[in-house]
Amino acid sequence: MGRAACAVAPLLIGLLAAAALTSPPAFAQRGMGFNPSGMWTAMYHEDELERTDPGSPVGDYLGIPINDDARLRADSWDGDLVSVLQHQCIPHSAIYAMRAPTGLKISTVNDPASGQINAFIIDGTYTGPRTIWMDGRAHPSQFAPHTWAGFSTGAWEGDTLRVETTHIKAGYLRRNGIAFTDQATLTEFFDLHGKYLTLTSIAEDPNYLTEPLVRTESWVWNPYQVFTPIAGYGSCLPSPEIPRPYGWVPHHLPGANTLIREFSDEYGVPFEASRGGAETMYPEYRKKLKQMVIPHAKVFEVQFEQEHHKQPEKQP
Amino acid sequence: MKIAGLAAIAVTASLAAGQQLQEAAGIPYEVRHVQGHVYMFASTLGNIAIQVGKDPGHDGVLLVDTGPARLRDTILAEIRKLSSEPVRFMIVTSPDADHNGANEVLLKPASSRNFQTQSDIALFAQDNVLQRFSRDGSGVPSSAWPTLTFLDEKSFAFNGEAIQIIAEKNAHTDGDSIVLFRGSNVIAAGDIFLTTGYPVIDLQRGGSIQGEVKALNHILDLTVPRSMQEGGTMVIPGHGRLCDEADVTDYRDMLTIIRDRVQDMLRKGKTLEEARAARLSRDYDRRYSTSAWTGDMFVEAVYRSLKTK
Repeated sequence: MGRAACAVAPLLIGLLAAAALTSPPAFAQRGMGFNPSGMWTAMYHEDELERTDPGSPVGDYLGIPINDDARLRADSWDGDLVSVLQHQCIPHSAIYAMRAPTGLKISTVNDPASGQINAFIIDGTYTGPRTIWMDGRAHPSQFAPHTWAGFSTGAWEGDTLRVETTHIKAGYLRRNGIAFTDQATLTEFFDLHGKYLTLTSIAEDPNYLTEPLVRTESWVWNPYQVFTPIAGYGSCLPSPEIPRPYGWVPHHLPGANTLIREFSDEYGVPFEASRGGAETMYPEYRKKLKQMVIPHAKVFEVQFEQEHHKQPEKQP
Repeated sequence: MKIAGLAAIAVTASLAAGQQLQEAAGIPYEVRHVQGHVYMFASTLGNIAIQVGKDPGHDGVLLVDTGPARLRDTILAEIRKLSSEPVRFMIVTSPDADHNGANEVLLKPASSRNFQTQSDIALFAQDNVLQRFSRDGSGVPSSAWPTLTFLDEKSFAFNGEAIQIIAEKNAHTDGDSIVLFRGSNVIAAGDIFLTTGYPVIDLQRGGSIQGEVKALNHILDLTVPRSMQEGGTMVIPGHGRLCDEADVTDYRDMLTIIRDRVQDMLRKGKTLEEARAARLSRDYDRRYSTSAWTGDMFVEAVYRSLKTK
């Protein structure tokens, strides 16, 4: 061992020891990559504006591979829908839930005799506890009910936990009316990178998506996190807060929703681009963008005014 | 990326196919316990609710709809697996043939039956079902007609729980009913609610879009979710998978939206052809349009229904 190596060795040992202290313990159950059970704090460096409040603006369909049918459905969506009694307590469904603001608690369901892990329970999302069955059971039949969490089974592919979810209730891909149908499915890949848990999810919907929608989220291991279920989960009671006609379902008629242009106007995104679709997911779309007229972004003007404490000029 | 997506589709498609289905006459089916006393015979040809009692000698079997004729023997065999007690009551939710396929065989005199029932078996239906069955040329033999009818509602207790049969006027047809099992907390909705397609607004037999939407809103009045708009009152659709209030809500919303779009076209004086050309149901067609009852056919029925209001 050379002098330089001798000097580096204690440092490496120290780093490894530190890594051992700050990472979840290695998992030894046969055939399993790692044990994700524990507390995980969400990181919002990806798609923060979409995932935190207030969420994506109405009309922002960028980066979602929707078809024309889904576009019309989203254009018809009216935010007042949440005031309808039957909508007040609807949580996010499995396809969106992991993107919501959340700290996860992942636990296991073990076989009492062998200790083998039969299932993982993921709690802390607006969907409520999700069960990932690891015991090889089959998915239910086409006649089984759908739930917000869906029915999930997991299997290890090397060090990656692959989860397949079916039987998901219809819901939203984004909180601005981009819907998916109850025929959508979800494939997820959980990977551990040191103390970071990364989820890559692939949503598919034969009715509304022309390509799979791939998204990622990450959490950091946090044994100090105090778990609290999502506020209101399980205790939400719908109540008529605003008088509405019996059977009222708010929506915009085709071509009548003027709000969908606001995102384009506010953020300076060409309206055509704001309509989304598979091509808006790919870097090559920049070439097409260059041929479009970029509208003036009002949001930056407002921000500039706020940052420089200028009062808007009074209208004559 | 696309290859990975296709692989994922293949995997999920095989998972979604399910492993619990049985098959009869080439038709996949399943008998599923819903909750309480109620089971669901689910097939790709339609659903039947089966209520069974727990007290031998006192209780019996109640059916909501008797299914398509081609599955009759399978349905009867599956009922016998659930209970050895006699079938005492049948309720049909509409005059449709696929909901009345075993009426005749279940109503036959006891001596000619090869399964256990009682001679005093009753078949309930809204009065309009009997009116239609008993018309000249209906093709329905009198041995398959309802034996007891009602106009608005019929309530009785059976197998230890209250049962309400409620007429839903002029919805899918003019003979529709829903059945509420109050103890089991289950509703059998008949063809007012489907997960396999748009509701067939049968104008020739008294159906209407307004009645259909009203019936769905009435079902929503009766359902109570357990928590977070999930579970609680379970709803057996005429065709498709077992549902709850959130699923009925999704369906009600869709129909209300399409109805409002058609109504708007009528308000603007648009013709049926113009309404068709506007493809007013296109955001739901991939999910609900079928070769037998397309989105265009549905929109036309809605248009005609609203126009003749």
